[in-house]
Amino acid sequence: MAEFRMPSLGSDMEAGTLIEWRVKPGDRVQRRDVIAVVETEKAAIEIEVYEDGIVEALLVQPGRKVAVGTVMAIIRTEAATEPPVAFEPSSRPEPVKKAAPEKKAAPEPPTIQAPPEAPRIKASPYARRLAAERGVDLRRVEGTGPAGAIGAADVQRTASPTTPEAKPAPPPPAGKPASDSRAAMRRAIAAAMARSKREIPHYYLQTRIDMRRTLDWLAAENLRRPIQERILPVVPLIRAVVLALGEVPELNGFWIDGSHRIAEAIHLGFVINLRQGGLIAPALLNAEEKRLDELMADLRDLITRARSGGLRSSEMTDATITVTSLGDLGVETVFGIIYPPQVALVGFGKIIDQPWCENGMIGVRPILTATLSADHRATDGHRGGLFLDALGRRLQEPSKL
Amino acid sequence: MTGTEIGLRTLTYRDAVREAIREALQKDERDFLMGEDVGHYGGCFAVSKGLLEEFGPERIRDTPLSESGFVGAGIGAALGGMRPIVEVMTVNFSMLAADQIINNASVYLYMSGGQFNVPLVIRMATGGGRQLAAQHSRCLEGWYAHIPGIKILSPATIEDARGMLWTALEDPDPVLIFENSGLYNMEGTLAADAGPVDIHRARVRRAGRDVSIITYSAGLFKSLEAAQILAAEGIEAEVIDLRTLRPLDEGTFLDSVARTHRALIVDEGWRSGGISAEIASRIMEGAFYELDAPVARLCSLEAPMPYAKHMETAVMPQADRIVDLARRMVGAHG
Repeated sequence: MAEFRMPSLGSDMEAGTLIEWRVKPGDRVQRRDVIAVVETEKAAIEIEVYEDGIVEALLVQPGRKVAVGTVMAIIRTEAATEPPVAFEPSSRPEPVKKAAPEKKAAPEPPTIQAPPEAPRIKASPYARRLAAERGVDLRRVEGTGPAGAIGAADVQRTASPTTPEAKPAPPPPAGKPASDSRAAMRRAIAAAMARSKREIPHYYLQTRIDMRRTLDWLAAENLRRPIQERILPVVPLIRAVVLALGEVPELNGFWIDGSHRIAEAIHLGFVINLRQGGLIAPALLNAEEKRLDELMADLRDLITRARSGGLRSSEMTDATITVTSLGDLGVETVFGIIYPPQVALVGFGKIIDQPWCENGMIGVRPILTATLSADHRATDGHRGGLFLDALGRRLQEPSKL
Repeated sequence: MTGTEIGLRTLTYRDAVREAIREALQKDERDFLMGEDVGHYGGCFAVSKGLLEEFGPERIRDTPLSESGFVGAGIGAALGGMRPIVEVMTVNFSMLAADQIINNASVYLYMSGGQFNVPLVIRMATGGGRQLAAQHSRCLEGWYAHIPGIKILSPATIEDARGMLWTALEDPDPVLIFENSGLYNMEGTLAADAGPVDIHRARVRRAGRDVSIITYSAGLFKSLEAAQILAAEGIEAEVIDLRTLRPLDEGTFLDSVARTHRALIVDEGWRSGGISAEIASRIMEGAFYELDAPVARLCSLEAPMPYAKHMETAVMPQADRIVDLARRMVGAHG
């Protein structure tokens, strides 16, 4: 039996609202199947399951907002032999009932079919918060307070000490609840960026790259293609980042609990500005396996889904490095803030025609300013410099991208 | 502790207030004391006894029985560059000066476009419990705490009785100091070099993990007594002395509630619309998700204060009732 919990879809997420279930009790699911859609401060995200098994019970009703770590569903894994636990939705179960659960192959979804007149559980705010943090179902808690009210101690008693505790969610902000999703996103970005600047000793490097060869090659390449298949200039840049990371892999990964973890796959987070304001940085998964055509298709798909909803949870959580491009706004240089726990962020500005010296001659070339913001705990400026050098070099040989 | 310990001496709350006034008059020639019977009689509660002889009638001024008149004169003196200490005998009589305090002192800075501060300190005795009956036992400092533009201090300890006055005089705006008349005879120790204290922060007077008792003034000592009884039963109460009712230092009690998850407010004022209601609201606004029990309040019963001793005792919060409430709040969850 496995518990499916509200995942943390980024270091800034405290809670999510369940929009819909894509499965029902009795359905067979496989690892990576999308089983639910959850709205965070940033977007609607499709949530994947991490076990193979059969959906035993759905514990949270669509429309409800629950803290990260809250148990949302029970998945019966193939290996599990224990009988399914039936939850009584309409009344708090007697201790006797807990000891002898009903045996049923595939019980009805209890929460969702609970009659609307089900009595409200009396529990203190602190008890509710603790229950959410520890994934305790309040319907299984016996209240010992006045009129059977559940207190924090009752929750603590029920949460078996052997149950691994969910990561405690930070306390909810004291002010007004987030009614305005734009304000909520602003707060989420504020939390992540403040944490980054507080914890990460950034170092910044900048280089200028002659883009003539890449742009010429791209123009010729795009001329041969139907409009729908043309490649945007940012795609060779992404590809060059991937290849340069192959030479300096330390920049691809995380800094977690005081240690540097280099990731094998490159899940390249790409910053997308949302029309209603705010931003989101979903990942192009396994970018190292993809050439320009695939990257272009993936990027187009990612941007469409980011703006319409429908990003997948792995795209939200797995990014190993972030790329931000503010060139289309006319910005020449961007020094970005690293998205924790990543260790690097690559920034691209606008490509501008500028005087450029090469072989003792001055010419006018399209020049790109590329920057690297990197975590000095994980890497040093020397490695960062090698990365920018590799990036510039790769962009001089566009046909090999 | 005894007075024989090095650097400590024993004195009463009354002595401490007198020392504070004496220090102010010695340190700054703009400071003077005025009020009913503060001079020749030595003050209704003998706080200013001896000061007339020491400082003379220019600086220890007896006034007629007209609260509106002499509080107004105090405001005028403050506007004119002095730093008066005006004694209103008790809060019960301050009703006669309410217009001066609320309609004038609290708003002059605003009404003058920031030109005129009123660096006035008004001291008054407050509280019941001394068999002075309905007209002379009121506890209305929470009422004054409703008014923006003035600060409301409520020294409970001898250290605060000694130290708050100077800080209040240094404040550029009107400050009201409420001295609970039941505390004047309280003896305690004070460091030989005790001096000014801050007037912005509440203090945790006793640390505990099970319930936060939030109180001020004479309620502090009843709460500390209750905490001692509770400790014998294994319930550790944290006792917070608010010290200042306006502006309220909510950070201190919100932090405490976040640790104990239970709040009991002990207030000798009345419950409806009182300072206890304000504190309960702040807890709801700032620490709702920390609460493991409804916020509880123990206030004086909403009746005119009885004269008979046993009835007066029954009307006011007492340690046994605090113990009883805290015990029920912690209950089976302790």
